[in-house]
Order: sequence, then C-alpha cells, then structure tokens
Amino acid sequence: MQPDPPELDATSIMTLEAFADTIIPGEKRFPDDVAVAGASAGGGAVAAGALELLSHPAGGLAESLDGLSQMLNLHAMLYANERGLALDEALPSFVALPFAARTELVAQLTHPEHPEKPLWVGLALFSNMAFDSAAHLPTLEALAAKHPGLTAMGYAQPDPDGVWRFPDSSYGRPLARIHPNTTSTGSPA
Amino acid sequence: MSAVESTDVLVIGSGFGGAIAAYHLAAGGARVVVLERGPWLEADEFDHDFKLGASYTRIFDFTIGDGMSVLSGNCVGGGSVVYFATMPRAPRFVFERQGSLGRRMWPAAIDRDSLDPWYDRVSQALPVTQQSWEKIPYGGGLWAAACDHAGRTANPAPSAVDVSLCTNCNWMAAGCKFDAKRSLLLNYLPGATAHGAQIRPLHEVQKLTRNDDGGYRVHYRIVDDEDYRVLHDAGAIDAKIVILAAGTAATPVILQRSEDDLGPMPYAVGRYFSGNGERLNNAVFDDDRVREVLGLSRPGGAAYEAYQIGRGPTVASWDKLDGSLPEFERYSLEQLYFPPGLGTILAQAPGVDGPAWYGVPKKELLQQWKSWLTIFTMSEDDNEGVFGPPPPTGNANRFSQQMLGHNSLQYRPTANTLRGWALSDADVKDILERDGLAKVAPWTNDLVGAYTVHPLASCRIGDDPRTSALDDGHELRGHPGIFVTDGSAVPGALTVNPALTISALAERAMPGIVEAARRRGVPVQYTGSLPSDVTPARAPALPRA
Ligand SMILES: Cc1cc2nc3c(=O)[nH]c(=O)nc-3n(C[C@H](O)[C@H](O)[C@H](O)COP(=O)(O)OP(=O)(O)OC[C@H]3O[C@@H](n4cnc5c(N)ncnc54)[C@H](O)[C@@H]3O)c2cc1C
Repeated sequence: MQPDPPELDATSIMTLEAFADTIIPGEKRFPDDVAVAGASAGGGAVAAGALELLSHPAGGLAESLDGLSQMLNLHAMLYANERGLALDEALPSFVALPFAARTELVAQLTHPEHPEKPLWVGLALFSNMAFDSAAHLPTLEALAAKHPGLTAMGYAQPDPDGVWRFPDSSYGRPLARIHPNTTSTGSPA
Repeated sequence: MSAVESTDVLVIGSGFGGAIAAYHLAAGGARVVVLERGPWLEADEFDHDFKLGASYTRIFDFTIGDGMSVLSGNCVGGGSVVYFATMPRAPRFVFERQGSLGRRMWPAAIDRDSLDPWYDRVSQALPVTQQSWEKIPYGGGLWAAACDHAGRTANPAPSAVDVSLCTNCNWMAAGCKFDAKRSLLLNYLPGATAHGAQIRPLHEVQKLTRNDDGGYRVHYRIVDDEDYRVLHDAGAIDAKIVILAAGTAATPVILQRSEDDLGPMPYAVGRYFSGNGERLNNAVFDDDRVREVLGLSRPGGAAYEAYQIGRGPTVASWDKLDGSLPEFERYSLEQLYFPPGLGTILAQAPGVDGPAWYGVPKKELLQQWKSWLTIFTMSEDDNEGVFGPPPPTGNANRFSQQMLGHNSLQYRPTANTLRGWALSDADVKDILERDGLAKVAPWTNDLVGAYTVHPLASCRIGDDPRTSALDDGHELRGHPGIFVTDGSAVPGALTVNPALTISALAERAMPGIVEAARRRGVPVQYTGSLPSDVTPARAPALPRA
C-alpha cells in the first residue's frame, strides 16, 4: 500500500548526497565523485543509504526532495555570491561548494533563527539516521551487509535467532556508597 | 444515523493514567470502554529492528514543537510499553515546590507522606522492585564508580523490570519481547479486560461534546494501521463520565478542541507544561583510564565499551536531591542508554569549536559509540510550556507515516530552568572528566528545542483555580464528570522519573472518581483490589479486540 518513491533527477540526487555527506562525511565512492567530498575515511551517510532513507515513503520527506534540492542550490548560490566564490557551473551549486563551505552553510540553515530550519533539520535527521540506525533496512540485513554506520559504531551482532542478548552484562559488585537518605523502598526520601 | 453506542465510563488513552482508571472502574462493576489511538501489540510483535515500520516506529510518538520536543508512547499500554521502567518515588521536597507561583503548587491534601500508600499500591501491582548491584549493567556500574571516585553517592534505582527475564538487550523503547519489562500489558490492562473493560486500539479521540443528561459524547476517528496520517471512519460513544488520560502532550489538545462545544476551559488547560527539567549529557570514555582510575574490567579485556548492553537507566546519583538547596538547583543524574536513530543526532562531539552535532567530529563521535554513556538530568523547570491552537486532528500534524509530527507546544526556558541545566552540566563534567576518564558534551537544544520523555503538568491539579485545571480530586474545573489522571495532572517537575508518581496520583484519585460515577447513576463501587489479585503474576498476552 506504500506508493513508489518519486523519481529524483540527477541534480537532486547529487545535491542531496552532498547534503547528507556534510552531515556524516565519507570517502569518495569513485575518483571523480563530486557529491561526496571525501572529508573522512570509510563510508558516511551516503554509503549508509541516506538517499534510500530520504526517499522512503514512510519518512514523509520523499515528496519534497526535488524542492529541497532546488532550495539548497539556491542557498548555495547566494552563499557563493556573498563571498565572491566562483562555482563550477557544470555542477549543482551546493555540490560545487567545498566541504568547509557546505559545513558552514548547513550551520546557517539549521540555526535556531533560520525560517526554514525545520526543513533542513528534517533532512539532517534522516541523513544521520541512515548512518546510525539504517532505518531503511531490516537491521539484521544491514548488519549482514556490513552497513557502514552500524559497523563503524561497533553495533554488536545478535544471537543466531536474530535477537540481542547480553549474558555478560555486569561488573557484579557494589561500585558506590548509596545515598544516606535512601528509604526502605530504595527511593530518595 | 444509527443510535450512538453508550457506556458508563469512557477512558481516553491506555497508558498509566488510563489503565489504572479502567482497572478500578471495571473491577468495581462499571461498563468501561478504553479508546487508544495506537495499535495493540504483544510481546512477540516487539521487534529488534530499526527499520521504519517496525514496532519501534509503530508504538512511538515523537512530536516536535517550538522549543520543545516530546517523546511518548503510541499504543495500547501507552508509555509503559516504550519506557525504561525506572520507578523511583519523588523526594519529599518536590511536593513543597512553589515554582514561580510564590506559594505551594501542589494541592494541600498531597505530600510525600499522604502519597506513600498509593506509591505502595502501584509498586505492588506492577510490581516495582529494588535492584541489586550484582545485576546492574556495565553502564550503571561505570556511572556508580565515577560518582564514587568523585566523592558522590549513587543508587541502583527501583525498577519495574523483572531482571530474571531480562537479557539486557537495550531494545526496551521498541517494546520488550521477553515480557521482562512490567508494562501495563501485564497487570492493569489484563486486569481491566478480565472485568469486562473493552480496549479499542487505533481509535483517536478528537473532541468531547456535552449531552442533555449531563454526560458526554466522545468523538473519535479510526486511525489507519500503517499510515497514521490517514484517518478513516468517524464515530462517537456516549458516557456518564470521561477519564481523559491521553498523555501530557495530547490531553490538553483534546480539551482545547472541545472548547467550542463544552464552553470555556480553565486557564491552566494547555499551560504550565513541564518537561521535567530534562537534559542529556553525552560522555565518551577513555577505556584505559576507566581501567586505571576506576579499576574496572570486563571478561575479554575491555574496561567498559558496553553502551549497547543493559536496560536503560539503572543507576542514579541523588546527591543534589537535597531539600535544603534552593529551588531550581536540585536535580538527579541518571545514567542512560539512548537508542540510535531517535535522538542521537542531538549528541555533540566534546571539545569542538563550531558545529558539533554533524560533520567530521560527529562521525568520530559515532565511531566511539561503544564508549558512550549518556547522563540524564531531571531538574526543576519553570512550567514554562504553553500549547498553541490545536491541530485539525490528534495532537500533532503528522509528518511521517509513524512517529514524527509537529505539535503546537511553545517552550522558552526561563533563567531558572537554564540555571538548573547549567549547574547539572557542570556537575556531570566535574564527575566524568576527572583524571581524564571521559570527555563530556551536552546534547544540543538548537535543532528540535529541548526534548523530554517525561512531559508533565499541562492540565494540572491544584487548589488555586487560576493556576490549576483540576481540583485535588482530578476533576476538570467547570466540567463535572471529566477527570484527568495522566501525567498532565502532575503539578510540576519531579526531579526523578515520573511514571510511579503519575500512577500513584491516579490510584489516589480512584475512590473519588468511583464515588462521582455512583452519583451519576453508575452501579460501581471501589473495591480497593489490585490487578495482581485477579491475574497471575505473569499474565498471558492480551486477547485482541
Ligand atoms: C523512551 C521513554 C522512556 C521512558 N522511561 C521512563 C522511565 O524509566 N521511568 C519513568 O518513570 N518514566 C519513563 N518514561 C515516561 C513514561 O512513559 C510516562 O511518564 C508515562 O507513560 C506517562 O503516562 P500517562 O498516563 O501520562 O500517558 P501515556 O503513558 O503517554 O499514555 C497516553 C496514551 O494515550 C494515547 N492517546 C494520545 N492521544 C490520544 C487520543 N487522541 N485518543 C486516544 N488515545 C490517545 C497514547 O497513544 C498513549 O497510549 C519514558 C518515556 C519514554 C518515551
């Protein structure tokens, strides 16, 4: 019953990838990768599946992605103009920004006083979620496929039945004095 | 139109406030219908899965306001299904709080002594038990050891987890598939259905209207079971009394929407919201220092690296719960695990100039995830939250199919609230950065405002009609026969986890509510029983409606 995600054009894909890569940066996927800036070793939000998650119909952002991409490129152009930065015109403006400038522009767009803040926070939230929880995939599949985010975090493997249990879980001894006014029920007085 | 269905008692919401009321009224002989907006899941439907559409998003509600975001439950059992089950009583001084009123904010009839017998009842019914150090998960042990190293005390907090069944999987926010967490699905709710109460999931109440006989008509819409943005049929049920227990972020919204029909609401409906003074700090530990300074180690070599292991918050430091300290400067500090996906975007990398919640520093922070420990401050905020006009339906404009929406809550922390947060931030830093144990940074409030899993006080009890929506029997002022028994009734921040206090207040209100029902011709009595008297300690899964 879920509608198919809307088809995104190449400009939108690249722009949104560049945004997601600013939230959780990763290494370039191929030598002339322009969307991923390559600011960090290992996969980042893009390799983690940010575009898949952003265009997932359950998320609520899918319908707005083309519009967000256009707005983002407009902001990038204004940003570049203000600073006299020359941008490669063959690329979407946000993609043409160097990583530090992308980072600064995201700070402006998500600033508490920015009128469009909720939109950009939403985009950032899903970009982050792609990395730290792979919410577009069943978690077992994501782990089996060595999902870059869950793997980088050291998220533990489950038991063979796909369920997490940690029998080794406690230092097993008192590690502090309890508060002198603790009542007989174990609560504060 | 066919005749409207009728019942004696209509309960809105099936969390603590709703389940306790449903149990006592049904046990006493009333016909009870519970309308719950969320789905009805059982233990085997609680997934260990972050995928959108798994139980994690089906049973959870995350509404973003202007300056405050609220996390709560969205299912039969309400917050008890997603909660962490840490269940301390509120300290004595809390009941003497004045906030910014200049006089005591709690009703004269309630203090810690008068509430203790009701705390006892809930503790027996769930049950809540004391915890032993022997079973405290690593995260709690680490927090205890760090507190001790700093000359502080730390306590294993009372809990509603049956530790003998717990696997320390830390998936409790997605529902407990082992029934180790003693949610309302295991006590009050099966107790209520055993006495004939009907629970109807995916029924979202929109508003109330008054009937000529002095009763109320409760109007609902059916919620789609996959896409909660989609509402299906509308319906209504007549009731002699209504128990409103939709939770702090929903109860006042239903009343606001009903104002056109019911007449003016008390001023305090939708005002005085408290986020329980919540604030999170995130620590990243240096494993070598944990071993050297605190003398801790695990089988296999690591000293800690165990953020993922455990069952939410288990150890709290209560040194600042000192009634002799000034108001707004008292707080508890509780160790916590916060699952990925939901809020971790707010975690900031410590010691960074410039943006710390994203970018390269954030990725490096995530790479150290196993060494995280989250410290949860519960302080005294200033009841500064106010709800704006209600959205067309429900309590938020839903954005995602499940979980995410925008509410009308506005929260601008006052200097009092900010002072408590600053003191606790400094305290956490002092405790955890000693001798290079860890690096600490607070979660940012810049993205979704402050955030709370403990919303309170948006429709509160009190003695003063100008600053409380309910009298001390939880009846809505000016609207006889409507009672509010959820977290919205609590007058203010509690400095500890609130569910036991919410529940004790609901238990305490029940004899009076039963009496009010009798006066309205409902054949019901207060039996004083508890669900453990009628269902086995571990009740079987609930039948489906
Ligand atoms: C992740 C998390 C962890 C927590 N951990 C703890 C903890 O360890 N200790 C503690 O004390 N507290 C904890 N809490 C808080 C605790 O869950 C709440 O304080 C408690 O559940 C509040 O009870 P309530 O009766 O006020 O409302 P809820 O339990 O929120 O119940 C309200 C119910 O009403 C339903 N509802 C809402 N609107 C409507 C409508 N229009 N029509 C019909 N139904 C509606 C909701 O779906 C919900 O089921 C936690 C909360 C969260 C989110």
